[in-house]
Amino acid sequence: MHWWLPPQGSTFAQPIDTMFTWILIITGITFVLVEVGLIWFIFAYRERPGRKAFYTHGSTSAEIIWTAIPAVTMVILGIMSNGLWVKIKGRNSVPANAYPIGVYAKQFEWWFTYPGPDGKLGRVSPSLVDKTSNPTGRDPADPAGTDDILIRNQMHLPVNRPVVAILTAEDVIHSFYVPEFRVRQDVVPGMEIKSWFEATVPGSYEVGCSQLCGLGHYKMRAQVTVHTQEDFDAWLQQRTAQAQGGPTS
Amino acid sequence: MTTVAATAHAAHAHHDDRSFIQKYIFSTDHKIIGIQFLFLSLFFLLVGGLLAMQIRWQLAYPGKPMPFGNLLPETMAPGGILLPEYYLQLVTMHGTFMVFFAIMLLLVGVYANFLIPLKIGAHDMAFPRINMASFWSAFASGAVMLASLFVPEGSSRAGWTMYAPLSARHDYSGAEFGQEMWSISIILFGLSSILGSLNYITTVINNRCAGMTWFRMPLSVWALFITAILGLLAVPVLAGAAIMLLFEQILGTHFFDPAAGGQPILWQHLFWFFGHPEVYILILPAMGMVSELVANGSRKPIFGYHSMVFAIAGIAFLGWIVWGHHMFVSGMNPTLGSSFMVSTLLIAVPSAIKVFNWMGTMWRGNLRFHVPMLHGVAFIAMFTIGGLSGIFMAATPVDMFIHDTYFIVAHLHYVLFGGSLFAIFGAIVFWYPKMFGRMMNEGWGKVHFWLTFIFYNGTFFPMHINGMAGHMRRLYDPTVYDFLKPYQPMNEFITICAFLLYGSQIIFFVNFWWSMFKGKKAPLNPWDDNGLEWSTPSPAPHGNWETLPTVYRGPYEFSVPGASEDYLPQNRKLPTDRDPVMSPAAGH
Amino acid sequence: MRRLSSVAVVGAGLLALALGFSNRGGAALAGSTVTGKVKFVGKAPANPAIDMSEEPKCKEKYTTPPHEEIVAVNKNGTLGNVFVYVKSGLPAGGKYPAPATPVVLDQSGCTYHPRTLGIMIGQKLDIKNSDPLLHNIKALGKKNRPFNISQPTSGMTTTRTFTAEEFPMAVECNVHGWMHAHIGVLSHPFFASTGADGSFSITGLPAGTYTIEAWHEKYGAQTATVTVTGSDTKTADFTYTAK
Repeated sequence: MHWWLPPQGSTFAQPIDTMFTWILIITGITFVLVEVGLIWFIFAYRERPGRKAFYTHGSTSAEIIWTAIPAVTMVILGIMSNGLWVKIKGRNSVPANAYPIGVYAKQFEWWFTYPGPDGKLGRVSPSLVDKTSNPTGRDPADPAGTDDILIRNQMHLPVNRPVVAILTAEDVIHSFYVPEFRVRQDVVPGMEIKSWFEATVPGSYEVGCSQLCGLGHYKMRAQVTVHTQEDFDAWLQQRTAQAQGGPTS
Repeated sequence: MTTVAATAHAAHAHHDDRSFIQKYIFSTDHKIIGIQFLFLSLFFLLVGGLLAMQIRWQLAYPGKPMPFGNLLPETMAPGGILLPEYYLQLVTMHGTFMVFFAIMLLLVGVYANFLIPLKIGAHDMAFPRINMASFWSAFASGAVMLASLFVPEGSSRAGWTMYAPLSARHDYSGAEFGQEMWSISIILFGLSSILGSLNYITTVINNRCAGMTWFRMPLSVWALFITAILGLLAVPVLAGAAIMLLFEQILGTHFFDPAAGGQPILWQHLFWFFGHPEVYILILPAMGMVSELVANGSRKPIFGYHSMVFAIAGIAFLGWIVWGHHMFVSGMNPTLGSSFMVSTLLIAVPSAIKVFNWMGTMWRGNLRFHVPMLHGVAFIAMFTIGGLSGIFMAATPVDMFIHDTYFIVAHLHYVLFGGSLFAIFGAIVFWYPKMFGRMMNEGWGKVHFWLTFIFYNGTFFPMHINGMAGHMRRLYDPTVYDFLKPYQPMNEFITICAFLLYGSQIIFFVNFWWSMFKGKKAPLNPWDDNGLEWSTPSPAPHGNWETLPTVYRGPYEFSVPGASEDYLPQNRKLPTDRDPVMSPAAGH
Repeated sequence: MRRLSSVAVVGAGLLALALGFSNRGGAALAGSTVTGKVKFVGKAPANPAIDMSEEPKCKEKYTTPPHEEIVAVNKNGTLGNVFVYVKSGLPAGGKYPAPATPVVLDQSGCTYHPRTLGIMIGQKLDIKNSDPLLHNIKALGKKNRPFNISQPTSGMTTTRTFTAEEFPMAVECNVHGWMHAHIGVLSHPFFASTGADGSFSITGLPAGTYTIEAWHEKYGAQTATVTVTGSDTKTADFTYTAK
């Protein structure tokens, strides 16, 4: 059990953790000032016979100081945060060479679509969904989709390469969340949302659904495997061959 | 209500020939209505807490039969093992009961009603019959919400935030009519709240007694007044959204259905546009009352009274333009993430101003640690933690990580429990003599305070750690995830503290009920306080005063140099005081 | 004497009528039987393989890789999981009380057993979870009240009943998207599902001409007309062709 944030597994983790630490320092100083101040006052100014309280209605300079310092601090924090926010979530933030993976969320499973050798994902449409033969609603008319590979509840990706998750939901709002990647994005029916990240450490991770989606919400888990590029290519080749042998549930 | 009858023996303001039903059941007296709200909301506080105990059991011991779980029907907990759909109902109903029926009613329903006329020198509210309607519609609303747990397939279960499409469709959630009942209950609650707000606003504007200028009003009245404005403008949005949701559920509309051109995120915008001002409704009255408790306990004027008023107004105003911080990862345009971050960071400033001013009030005071003061100081200490944790969420990249985790749960409980509920406990003890003519037991009050304070921190502080680990909200069984398994000992620790916390409240409830019959009879001004409410007997008679008081000074004239006592009530006329110029609208 | 014997004849006739109309759910003392086989012609299509890697507690129950048994072709060239029932022809006003024994729908190895089942209005459906993990059972009823309930651990049994004729009612688990079943809710007991030998047997039919329907989840419905005397056995075979 960590007492701190989870291990860093993506390029976002370090800047986000740094922000978290800065905020902890700022709030920590304030916390100590207030709580120690309160405890000190409780003892120093407690009622004793013969004591009288100091009659004052306030101090304008005090008001100015303790308004200005928090305000300036908040502005600085905002400027620091915004750059990172735009880099992660901005409309134009997805790197051009990001490897696309379709992430289709439904009660209570994650379907991952990998572009085949053509490197492109086929179109999907909710009206084409068939629970058995076409769970993500892949459009058969789109040639880019004929070599796509669908896998239930398993996300595989190569390390040190930007990946863009193309998120759609079938029914209710879900949320794609991998703690070590510091990635979270709600998946909304009727919307196609792109969420990009770059994993930095090979290994096994988990996707948790992070928006209440019904009674199976707690069980909506997927396994994430970050491979080296060679291992990923080998894995993809093996799955492609498997897929030619027939549909995989 | 009969208990009030047993202790009410003060002189009548004027000839009172109301029947028992008129006096205590369908009463138009703001004090009785306030007490009715008190009984109703304390009931829901207990119920909400009981639901929380079940949630905590399941989190600490997933899948194990709960003690007394065999009393629950098979549809909720077969063999005592909570079902996932029941767990989600618990989570939804805990939030709903606590936010609407416990905290809102305790802060506004009780204290706006009870205190406003007494503290501004009025006989009653501007619209006494509308006031009565406000209570009974809240009562009906609560009954519907409680009943929804017991209809076939149970209550709604999409979280108290009710996100569509999950909340709109039976086939997605598994609920049946219970889902509609949430919407119906909220619409009724909205009616109650709006009627109340109309009353409070009108009364404060029109019914202040002679000399009670705006800037001589106690901060509790300022807070309740501004809260009422927030309520008047925000609650109709919730009611409207609930009506849209009800139409979605029973008329087959498609506001939130993307297959038919609707937008799921629309619900979130509507809900949080209400929801954010709502959380300020849940804290501002508490802040106002804390000012009374801390000034009284410090025997000192409030430090920076005008700043405090402007801070309340600032919080209320900024509260309208921050709602998107609940939606940073919702899929809304990321540019909105930037704008809402700015406004959210700014709203920390007026809250900080208030904390520093309370500290300034205590500084060089002559601190008297009666039970209300203990609660007031605890409010300052705990609200600070809650407010500071909010800054992590305001920073969008960090929020991406802690959104929908236990970090948020920790934050909201620090402000709602550590903040609002501590203030409420303090307020109940402080104004208990005014309500019932007797004092609550001071010794047991202190025991209750300390036990609550310790177990409350034991319950909610570790949730920050779980949240940092990524522990998501509303999970029936966290052990499904390998990364969460190591946090089960923490979950167990939290649960044990939670059980002890709930158990400690027995002391409060016994004290509350016992003191009503056996408590020490209250003197006229038991706290040596300056408010107008202490210038009339306890409990106050119908109509409060025969002749309305006149006000000569502000509300916090404690320890005035040269005065014989360390307090100076607002209505006490000194030889140096002049009578205020009477305006036509003033009291009679 | 004659009066007594005519009373006896009438009594016996009434008894015979009563027995003939009595519903014993199969083990009728009287009534006709319709039996048959559902044959399958052609090459059986490959059923989709199920990747249960993410549910190890179910995966370990299988020695060979599991498949979705959409088209269950038996060794003898017959089709399993075909629901056969009397679609029309029963005497008007016939009342058939639901048997006391429940129908069991079991979730084991993350699949429904059986895949197709019939049940009478008012008869209990015992839904069992034999897997030590969460299944939710979503019944997409249109004439019956739909429900969506969960069973998070093994050993749980939930009982439901239905109030209206409905066929077919889809049942699914959302945690395991490959789990599908179909329920036929009927007001009479004259139905059966084909099993591992592709045969079915409907017993206790009163005399009459009936439309018997066979239904398969992929290949759809076929009908046959059968006339029975009330005490004989007739055969009705169905044939599905591979597509």
